[in-house]
This record gives sequence, structure tokens and C-alpha cells, in this order.
Amino acid sequence: MASTFETVAGIISSASDIPLERITPDSHVMKDLEVDSLSFLDITFEIDQKFGIQLPVEEWLAAVNEGKANGADYFVLRNLCTQIDGLRAPATV
Amino acid sequence: MRLEYFQMLDEIVEAATADRRTLVARAFVPEHSPVFEGHFPGHPIMPGVLMLETMAQASGYLLLTLNGFSRMIFFASAKEANFRSFVLPGSTLEVKAEVIHEGSGYAVTQATLSQNGKRVADARLTMRSVPFTSPALQAHVLNEGRRLSLVTTEAR
Repeated sequence: MASTFETVAGIISSASDIPLERITPDSHVMKDLEVDSLSFLDITFEIDQKFGIQLPVEEWLAAVNEGKANGADYFVLRNLCTQIDGLRAPATV
Repeated sequence: MRLEYFQMLDEIVEAATADRRTLVARAFVPEHSPVFEGHFPGHPIMPGVLMLETMAQASGYLLLTLNGFSRMIFFASAKEANFRSFVLPGSTLEVKAEVIHEGSGYAVTQATLSQNGKRVADARLTMRSVPFTSPALQAHVLNEGRRLSLVTTEAR
């Protein structure tokens, strides 16, 4: 079974035409991979569907904008995958 | 429909509820519009982009109804948009939009346009949901909601 990282990297690669080999656990989705907001919407949809979750992106962005969190906490792939694993329903783990 | 004002929906047939996240509306394509003078001389048909806009507005009002007109809905993207038949001046269209997925700050809908029970266009649409940034915009959207009988009370 593919790891969360492999699945998410595949989704990002497919949604943004980024070669899979460029995507690492340390990649920041926006800063390193230059994913724009519309592509990130597509990626969020695919992640939501694939993992049966609802990524709380609005909440994350609000926390970053208010200085309560660092964007890297959510948008560096390693951290994004940890967030996804935390949100997944027990039945899908 | 008032094509020049991007007012695409004329009446609601079925409004969405929390349990039934679908909106069905009617749209009466005008017999005459400057749009048809250019699209096309001697062969007036409704432009595909306006068919898409009609489906996006149905999706917008669907999501506005579900959020109680508390957040603005913007059209973000269309996927697999198909225009299957010409739509002529004077046509009556049934417009349907259904929520496929509701995410954080966005939703994905499947929308269709039908004429006499035959599908003439369909698309999967992504809509963004954001706080209203302008009281004038919110007032306009609420007025449109009242025109369509989707808003029956004062502004929330």
C-alpha cells in the first residue's frame, strides 16, 4: 500500500505537472513546488476524496495569517502528511 | 435571462436543503439580445461560456442557500465541460446543480443544462467560498436571492 507521502506526491504531480522526482518530504507546496492557489484547490479536493477527510485549509491559512502558526507546519509535505494521517478516519488507516 | 447583465436564472424549481444539496432552476433564453447579434449573424445561438456561467450561477445559489447567504461564492474552475447541443433564442432551460463535495473554503458541484428533458450541457465546477468583502456585493447577492425567492427574510 502506498504511503501517505507517495499518494500525496502523486496527486500533486498529476494536478500540477510537477515531475514526481522533484517532490520530496521537505518540499513546501507553495514555496518550493510553486503550486498556485487554484492548483492547490484541485490538490485539496483530491486529498479530501482519496483519504475521506476535509483538510481544514481555511483554518490553517487563518492561523498563519494571524501569526499563530508557520505555513511550513501545514504546507511542507512531511507536515501535511502528518496532518492528513491525523485526520483520517480509523477505518481508512 | 438578462444576458448582458449576467442574470442567468429566472426562477427556482427546487431549492436546496441540508438533506438535499441540489438546486433546480429555470432559465428563459431571450428571443432578442445584443449577444445574438455577434454570436452569430444569421445563426443566433447561446454562447457556450454563457451556458457555463448559467451552471456556475446555479452552483453559486445552491451553495449560498446552504451557507445562509453568509459567504460569497466565486466560480474557480470548470472541468469536463461539454456543450452537447445548440441552444437557440427563446429556449427554456432547466438548470440543475448538485454538491459533489464540500471542502474547507470550496465546494465541487456537478451541473447540467437540459431542454425538454434532453441534456444540452454539463460540467464539474469548483466554487470558492469566501467571506463577503463588500457590503454592496452582499446586498446585491441578497437582492438576487430575494428575486429568486431563496431569501425570504431580512439580511442575516
